[in-house]
Amino acid sequence: MTSLTINGKAVELEVDPRTTLLDALREHLKLTGSKKGCDHGQCGACTVLLDGERVNSCLVLFAGCDGQDVTTIEGLKDGDELGAMQRAFVSHDAFQCGYCTPGQICSAVATLKEVERGDASAVTADDGDIHLTRLEVQERMSGNICRCGAYNNIVDAVMETGGAALQTEAAE
Amino acid sequence: MNEVLARGADRKHDDDALPEKDGADAQSHENAPAHQSKRHDSAHLHVAGRAPYTDDLPEPPGTLHAYLGLSTIANGRIESIDLEAVRAQPDVEAVITADDLGHNDASAWQIGDEPFLTSGKVGFLGQPVFMVVATSRNAARRACRHAKIAYAEDTPILDVDQAREAGGRTVIDGMTLERGDADAALANAPRTLSGTMLIGGQDHFYLEGQIAFAVPGEDGTMIVYSSTQHPSETQMLVAHALHRPAAMVTLEVRRMGGAFGGKESQANLFAALAAFAADRLGAPVKIRPDRDDDMVATGKRHDFRADYEIGFDDEGGIHGVKFTYAARCGFSADLSGPVTDRALFHCDNTYYWPAVKAVSQPLFTNTVSNTAFRGFGGPQGMVGAERVIEEVAFATGLDPLEVRRRNFYGEGERNLTPYHQTVEDFVLPRIVDELLESSDYEARRQAIRQTNRDANGFKRRGIALTPVKFGISFTASHLNQAGALVHIYTDGSIHLNHGGTEMGQGLNTKVAQVVAAVFGVPLEQVRITATSTGKVPNTSATAASSGADLNGMAAKLAAETIRQRLVDFAVAEHGVPAEQVVFRDGQVQIGNREVGFAELVEEAYTARISLSSTGYYRTPKIHWDRASGRGHPFYYFAYGAAVSEVEIDTLTGEYTVERVDILHETGNSLNPAIDIGQIEGGFAQGMGWLTTEELVWDEKGRLLTHAPSTYKIPLASDMPRQFNVALAEWSRAHEPTVFRSKAVGEPPFMLAISVLHALSDAVASVADYTICPRLDAPATPEHILMTIERLRADSKTAN
Ligand code: FES
Ligand code: FES
Repeated sequence: MTSLTINGKAVELEVDPRTTLLDALREHLKLTGSKKGCDHGQCGACTVLLDGERVNSCLVLFAGCDGQDVTTIEGLKDGDELGAMQRAFVSHDAFQCGYCTPGQICSAVATLKEVERGDASAVTADDGDIHLTRLEVQERMSGNICRCGAYNNIVDAVMETGGAALQTEAAE
Repeated sequence: MNEVLARGADRKHDDDALPEKDGADAQSHENAPAHQSKRHDSAHLHVAGRAPYTDDLPEPPGTLHAYLGLSTIANGRIESIDLEAVRAQPDVEAVITADDLGHNDASAWQIGDEPFLTSGKVGFLGQPVFMVVATSRNAARRACRHAKIAYAEDTPILDVDQAREAGGRTVIDGMTLERGDADAALANAPRTLSGTMLIGGQDHFYLEGQIAFAVPGEDGTMIVYSSTQHPSETQMLVAHALHRPAAMVTLEVRRMGGAFGGKESQANLFAALAAFAADRLGAPVKIRPDRDDDMVATGKRHDFRADYEIGFDDEGGIHGVKFTYAARCGFSADLSGPVTDRALFHCDNTYYWPAVKAVSQPLFTNTVSNTAFRGFGGPQGMVGAERVIEEVAFATGLDPLEVRRRNFYGEGERNLTPYHQTVEDFVLPRIVDELLESSDYEARRQAIRQTNRDANGFKRRGIALTPVKFGISFTASHLNQAGALVHIYTDGSIHLNHGGTEMGQGLNTKVAQVVAAVFGVPLEQVRITATSTGKVPNTSATAASSGADLNGMAAKLAAETIRQRLVDFAVAEHGVPAEQVVFRDGQVQIGNREVGFAELVEEAYTARISLSSTGYYRTPKIHWDRASGRGHPFYYFAYGAAVSEVEIDTLTGEYTVERVDILHETGNSLNPAIDIGQIEGGFAQGMGWLTTEELVWDEKGRLLTHAPSTYKIPLASDMPRQFNVALAEWSRAHEPTVFRSKAVGEPPFMLAISVLHALSDAVASVADYTICPRLDAPATPEHILMTIERLRADSKTAN
C-alpha cells in the first residue's frame, strides 16, 4: 500500500510494485492529463511535480512515492480558474496538438522555481548570475519535446509568467 | 450572445483573441470572426489536461488490450510459427495470426501487397506477424516475447544503391515529367556539370503514438476511435477486415496528438486489427504500440538519392536540367507513388527550367513501407532543385541568391512548369525583395564573409536565403472534395461537423470561424464536434495542406444554404428585399427591425424551415494525366522565403542557428496566430529533418534509431536564437478559396532548406568559397565535419 498526496488529496493505492507513477496516475487514478510519449524518460510528456521538483513520471516507481506529494497538470489550477502558467500558455498559443502541453506546463512551473532559487544551467554564465533570459528558458525546457514545434510560443509563455512573478515579488 | 450559449463553451476565463501578431488583424471586420487570431478551440482543455485523446477515453469494463508481435528478420519466409508459449502466458485471452484473418489486405487501394499480419513472406524487420490480446497491455506485451518463429532468411535489399544493383524493382511505376528537349539543351549549353545528392528520411514522432480503440455494438456493428488522418479509409479497411458493409462501421476522431502524415495510411492497420479482435472476442479492444515498436513498424518520410545533370552559362542562367529521383519506398507501395510524383512536381521549386526531364524511381527495399510526411515528397524534390542552384553558383562564382533570381519563374513568360501547368500567381519576387530588406541580407552576408576571412578561431558563419513554391491540391484529383454538416438548434446554437481531422493544426477553429462569419455570430456559438464517418461520409485524408481549403469551403456552403433559407423566410415574413437581411454581431437586421439570431431561428423553426444542411465542395479547375505528365494538378501555389544564419564549429562540426527571418504568405489568413504557429512549427520540423534527425539501419535491416535517445528531434534549445516570422499581409489567393485564404500546413516546412544552405555556406568558407560543399542531408555535426575535412583536402589538391 502506498500513501501519498496527489493534487492536495490523500491517496492510498496498492499496485504491482513495478508500476510507474505515470501508469498509476493514468490507469489506476484516471488522471489522464499526464501523457505517455515514449515511456523511457526521453520526451517529457509525462512530467509531473514530485515534492515540487519536476520528474519524468514514467521513470518513477509509484511505490517509491510513499509519503510524497505529487502535483499533476490537473492540480495546477488556481481554485476554479486556470493557474498563471496555464493562462500564459493559452494567451501565447503555446501548443498545437496539445499532447506535450501538460508536461511542458509542469516543467515550466518547476523551471521558474529553479531559476528563482539560483540553480545554474548549462548556459548560465560563469559568474553564476542567473536571469530569466530566453536562452536560459530554451535550455531549461529542452527536456520536453514538442514535435509540433511550438517552442517559440512556449518560451514566450514561460518568460511572461516568470516576468510577472518577479515583478510581484519586487513589489512586495 | 445569451448567457447560456456563452456558458456552453467554458471559455470565459481568457480573452478569445490572442495577442495581435504582426498587425494581421487590422482588416478583421469583414467576415469576422474569420481573419482574427482566435485561439485554438481546445486551448483551455489542453492546458488543464482535460482534452481527451484516444488513450484517455474511459474504458468500459471488460476492455482488452492488444499488442503486436513483429518479425525479427528483414527478408525471407516464415517457416513455422509456434505461439503455444504465448497463449500460455497469464491473462492472455487470444492470439491472432494471419490464418485467423479471412480478409488480410492492409493496402489502402486493396492491391494486395501488404497484409495486416504476415504468415509467409517477410518484407521488413518489424513487420507484424501476430497479435496477442490480454486483459492488460502489459500482459499482452510481455506475452509477445514468448513466440518461437522460424525463418528462412534471405539477404535484404536495404537502400537505393542496393535496390538498383538488384535490378531496380519498383513498388509502383515511376513517373516522367518532360518539357522541351533536355538532352539537346545540355549538349548545347556552354557549361555542364552533374552530381548526386543524398536526402535523408524522417520519423514522424507524433507525440501521441499510433492507437485505436474498437468497441463492438449491436448486431455486428463496430465503433472505432482511432488516431487517424483518414477516417473514411480507416473505416473501409476495418470493414474489409470484418468483412462487413462499411455502414456497420463508424470511425470517430476527436483529436490527434500530432500526425504529420504518419497517420494518413499508417493508422489503418491498428484500427482494423483492434476491430477484428473486438469482434471476435465480443469486447472492447485497445491497441497502442510502444514508441520503439511504433518507430520500427510504421512508415516514415522517404529518403532519396537525387542524380542531376545541369546545362548552364557563365551568367548563371540554367539551360536545361535532368533529374532522377530514386526513393527508398520499403516493401510495399503504400503512398510511394504519389509521394515520388510530388518530388518531381517540386523539382523546379521557384525556377523556370527551359528544358527539363525528371524521372522518379520508387524502389522496392526490405525496409518499412515509407509513407506520407508533411510535404509528401515535395521537400525532397525542392532540396534537389536548390542543390542545382548551389552547384551553378559555385561553378560560376556568383552569389547563390543571384543565380536564384536569374532563374525565377517569369511574369507572362518563362512560366511553364515541368508538368505543363502555367504559374499564374508568382508573388515570390515581392516576398524575396521584402525579406531581403527586413533581414538586411546583403549587409550581413558581406559582414559574414569578411569575418570568416579574418577569423582566427574555429567558428565560421554562414547565411542563405531560400524560396518556397508549393503546389496546393491532392495530385489524385478525385480526392479534392469535402463535406460538412451544420445544424442550428432552436436556441440559436450551432453544431458543426466536417470531414477534416484535428491534429493540432487548428483546423476546427478555422472552420468554425468560417461558419460563425457566415451567420454573423460570435465564435463561441459554434460547437465543433468529433469527426465521424457517421456524420460526413467518404471524406479525403486531412492532408496535402488542404484541410481548411476543402472543409472550410464545404462548411461555408452548408452554412450559406441555411442562411439563405433564413433570408427567404425573413423576406416572406417581413416583406423586405433580401439585401436588407444582414447577419451581424449575433443579430439579424431585417429592414429597420433588428432581431436576435436565436429569435429568428426560433421563428423559422415554428414556420417549419429546415435548420440543418450538408455542404459539399470540390476544387475546380484541376486535372492531371500521369501517363502524359501533363495537366493542371494544383489549384494554386503557396509561397514563402527564409533567411537563415548559422555558426559552425569547424573542429567538431557542431552548430547553432543564430537567426532566422521568414516571410510567408497564407492569402487572407483565416487565423494569423494559427498560421504563424504552423510556420514556426513547420520550420522547426523541417530543420530537424535536414540537420539532426538521422535514421540508421544496420546491415540486417534493423532500425537502430528507434527512440528519441538515438534519434534527435529539435528541442527548445535548438531553435534559432533570433526568430522573426511574418505573414505577407498583402497576400490574397488569386483563386476564390475560402475568404481568399491559402493553405499553410506543409509549405513552411521547406523554409528550413535555408538552414541547410546556410550550413553549406559556412562549410564552404574553409575552402574560401571555391568548392561546392555538396553537403547532403541530414547535415548532422558528423556530416558537417566530414564535409569540412573533404573540402580542406580538395582545396589542398587544387592548390
Ligand atoms: S513518457 Fe516519460 S519522458 Fe516520455
Ligand atoms: S503541441 Fe504537439 S507536441 Fe507540442
